[in-house]
Amino acid sequence: MRARQITFFLTRRLLALIVLLLLISFLIFGLLYLAPGNAIQVLLGTHPASPAAIAALEAKYHLNDSFFVQYLLWLKGAVHLNLGVSIQSGQTVTSLISSRIGVTIFLGVYAFLLAVLIGIPAGIASAMRNRTAADRTIVGISLIGVSVPAFVSGIFLLYLLAIDAGWFPVYGPGTGFPDRLWHLTLPAFALAFGVMALIVKLTRAAMITALEQDYIAFAQARGVGPLRIITRYALRNSAGPIITAGGLILGVVLTGAVLVEQVFALPGIGTLLITSVESKDVPVVQGFTLLAAAILIGANFLIDLCYLFIDPRITAGRGVR
Amino acid sequence: MTVITAPDTGVLVSPRKRGRRRPSLLILLSFLIVLLVVACALFGSLLAPFGANAQNLIVATQAPSAHHLLGTDDFGRDILSRIIVGARAAVIGPALIAVGALIVGNVLGLVAGYFGGRVDYFIMRLADLVWALPGLLIAIVVVGVIGGGYYVAVVVLVVLTFPIDARIVRGAVLQQRNMPYVEAAETLGIARSRIMLRHIWPNILPLVVANTFLNFAFSLVALSALSFLGLGVPLNTPDWGGMLSQNLSLIQGNAMACLAPAIALVLTAVSMNLIGDWSYERLSDRGRAR
Repeated sequence: MRARQITFFLTRRLLALIVLLLLISFLIFGLLYLAPGNAIQVLLGTHPASPAAIAALEAKYHLNDSFFVQYLLWLKGAVHLNLGVSIQSGQTVTSLISSRIGVTIFLGVYAFLLAVLIGIPAGIASAMRNRTAADRTIVGISLIGVSVPAFVSGIFLLYLLAIDAGWFPVYGPGTGFPDRLWHLTLPAFALAFGVMALIVKLTRAAMITALEQDYIAFAQARGVGPLRIITRYALRNSAGPIITAGGLILGVVLTGAVLVEQVFALPGIGTLLITSVESKDVPVVQGFTLLAAAILIGANFLIDLCYLFIDPRITAGRGVR
Repeated sequence: MTVITAPDTGVLVSPRKRGRRRPSLLILLSFLIVLLVVACALFGSLLAPFGANAQNLIVATQAPSAHHLLGTDDFGRDILSRIIVGARAAVIGPALIAVGALIVGNVLGLVAGYFGGRVDYFIMRLADLVWALPGLLIAIVVVGVIGGGYYVAVVVLVVLTFPIDARIVRGAVLQQRNMPYVEAAETLGIARSRIMLRHIWPNILPLVVANTFLNFAFSLVALSALSFLGLGVPLNTPDWGGMLSQNLSLIQGNAMACLAPAIALVLTAVSMNLIGDWSYERLSDRGRAR
């Protein structure tokens, strides 16, 4: 019975997410026709418009077929990781992205770990010391963090710690793991600041609600140790709202990475997106957007999975939405 | 996106007195900053000591001095003047977005909350979708591909903001809907549009106002990020986000060329967020015994 319900729940979510991904892929394909000029002009870019080149493009992108057929053929390619060829460099979009994605993943994971490792303890501390000076300081810092875009915090860190103090490199991704870690420390902190602020805000709100519950008072009365109360009872019960925001947090990381890579001149997929946007390299932009959408949707599915482990009420049957 | 977390932000605003609340020093300061920015947006070119685009290559890339308080950029343009005049781009776009989202979001939210049904379902799903999407990233892709700069960005951001507004308004309308005064008005045969606009709407106005401030702050940051990436205002128009990216290479010559617009941006965004949180706290507690 239980296993069947879980399968039902997951299958339903998975189907919904696949439909969503298809819808988004349709919009992404449409970008080609939203760009100024017709599809051939867009795909030609700065190349000379010889009849042979136009004919080659028409054949390659099936431009003489109907819009819907073109979409299906494009989608078929995308499923096989064939996203077309960059107009600017002539490389395939897949190879361009895969050569650049390492830096972005490194940066994103680094920043995410920093944000979680600082944000969650800070949020817990803030909730436990509710309405004290420590709480106000943490809330104040996270309010600034929410308001400050990643590129601004990046510029401040760049100026203070890389240029003025000279402790960190000014740009570039570094080579080898220790060097890369060192090169990406400032960008990761810049990116982590806004994410951390969001995590503090969520953790604090959820923890305050959890700590007000009767079972906490009961546990305290029974003499359960404070550490156990926080981790086992309060934190586990406030994990729901924090994990629900996981998709939101990933979105902030992705957007922030684009901006931070620009500040620190890092060769990740963020700077790839910006150079492609500047040169109207539509296939690359489409590839990036499709990848971002797939990552976000995949993450949302993982979040649903996490629910099952954290909140047994969902699998018990009542909580299935 | 804008996140209203009502119960947990009061700490900054009023540490002690939770009863009758006067604005704290911090809030007064925030209002002052916002007023200053609005004044610069309205009368910028009169207040600025130099022309915002007046080039003087003899004084290119100079550190702050008595003559140029924040120094100059690589064309010898006065940074302070460009920041003052740049306030216009920092205010107009976010204001348009906040007002646009306010109008569309409120109309849809009122209809969804009052009538329910299909409109309600559609708006809630749309809000779910937009909530999960990284708005700024979408704006970068759409504005980047379509082109058109600032005003296209404004429209895109309105589209990405109004569903959230609609959802907030809808929630508030649902609370009001079952109140006796609504029933009384319906019994009297007052037109539904009038009930929505003249009876229900004034009661949820505080929430709407607070949310508009938060939307303004979000839009300010989003638009300046687009300008930073070169997708916002045209190159010559002074704009804080644009100045950041153009003067990034001058950071060793005149750091202020790059840091001062960043500070202006942060101060304005933080002030707007503080005012939004404060007014939400203050207005939403009205009438609630606490």
